[in-house]
Amino acid sequence: MRMEYGIYILHVIGIGLVGTSVVGLITSWIDRKVTARVQMRQGPVFLQPFYDIIKYMVKETCVPAGGSQMLFLFAPLVGLAAAAAASTIIWNALLAPVLPVHIQGFPGDLIVVIYLLTMPAMAVVLGSFASRNPLASLGGSREMKLILAYELPFVIALMVPVYKAGVTIRLTEIAASAPLAASPWGFAPSVILALIVAILCMQAKLTVVPFDAPEAETELTGGAYVEYSGPPLGMFKLTRAMMLFTMPMFLVTVFCGGIVMDRGALKIVLGVLKYVGFVVGIVLIRNTAPRVRIDQAVRFFWGPMTFLALLAFVIAVLGY
Amino acid sequence: MSFAVNALTRSLNVFHLAGSPCNNCDIEILELLTPRYDVERFGMVLVGSIRHADLILLSGAFNRKAAIRARRVYEQAPKPVVVVAIGGCACTGGIFRDSYNIVPPINRYIPVDAYVAGCPPKPEAMIEAAVALIGKLKGA
Repeated sequence: MRMEYGIYILHVIGIGLVGTSVVGLITSWIDRKVTARVQMRQGPVFLQPFYDIIKYMVKETCVPAGGSQMLFLFAPLVGLAAAAAASTIIWNALLAPVLPVHIQGFPGDLIVVIYLLTMPAMAVVLGSFASRNPLASLGGSREMKLILAYELPFVIALMVPVYKAGVTIRLTEIAASAPLAASPWGFAPSVILALIVAILCMQAKLTVVPFDAPEAETELTGGAYVEYSGPPLGMFKLTRAMMLFTMPMFLVTVFCGGIVMDRGALKIVLGVLKYVGFVVGIVLIRNTAPRVRIDQAVRFFWGPMTFLALLAFVIAVLGY
Repeated sequence: MSFAVNALTRSLNVFHLAGSPCNNCDIEILELLTPRYDVERFGMVLVGSIRHADLILLSGAFNRKAAIRARRVYEQAPKPVVVVAIGGCACTGGIFRDSYNIVPPINRYIPVDAYVAGCPPKPEAMIEAAVALIGKLKGA
């Protein structure tokens, strides 16, 4: 094995897994705290998500009898690995100016990120079907329908910044061109339309309200996760926390110019504020919207959202 | 005090197991999650699945059929798990203790770690029980 592979692996584990976990758990604290404040409660302490993950790690793992044991235990690992890999590519785009090239390895592009961001959801589907629980199967089938629903408008919406950035799929180049401001008026209407579609798709990708039908705590008692306990459940929760960092950061990078580290402290603060704004937006949507049925979700994404994304692309091609 | 116990006491996922209660205790339990008491400050949240539970709340008088199922639910919980009986019915059978189909006390079926008396108990009493339980766990 060559020396560089070791460095790449360390890079994925150090930044992709550990770094994203820490930032993701802090983000999930923001989620819970803002939720609590919306409900006029105090909310949990800052380290609460960390305590939760440690707690899951010391609990017993129950494997349901008659299920596929191998797949049941393997699925959370797939999700965690995919989230780590996806976030590493986004970190690479953020840290590109300050990180030496020989550490970065494969710089990655949009298409790889789109594929990797689908993997955690696929892992949930695999794990839920391996649990041999009717509620989990129901959750898994809903998750699968949701993937089919949101991927189409999501990819079309991402075509808009790609087109605006001069048809490139490299994240650093898209971020550098800052598609949202790439217009004579200071903001591009096509990119704003695409961003609205992408935000709603992000809500579904994170399976939070209004698109949390796969989990549906009040109806499926945890849905896809219902049979999971102990470390595998902790891994799923960690994957969710990591996705809660990765998805908003991905949109900030692709649509809003990202956080480019060599443009001075003010730009970095501005970039972090953009990210926190996206996260608070997710939380506010999730606290003020009701859950939609899965057929409503599919109709919503294949109907109005796909139309809006196509419209945004046409406007972008027309030059606005 | 072990590392595991410390993590457990800071993040208790509560599973609510109702053994045919009159819902008065359940209403008082939900009170704990409202802005006035908000036990999420201490990391306690309600969960829907027994596999996610660290603390099982029992409410209501368990009859012969419910007690067996309560035992099965307890066996499905990932250990370590603690059990709290909420209200007079769950503790002793309450006013139903002489009924033909009631099996007081429930601790013949499930090892109960704390009892909260009252009909229904006040939320403050449940918080006191939680504090006592955490103290007991940390002392162990």
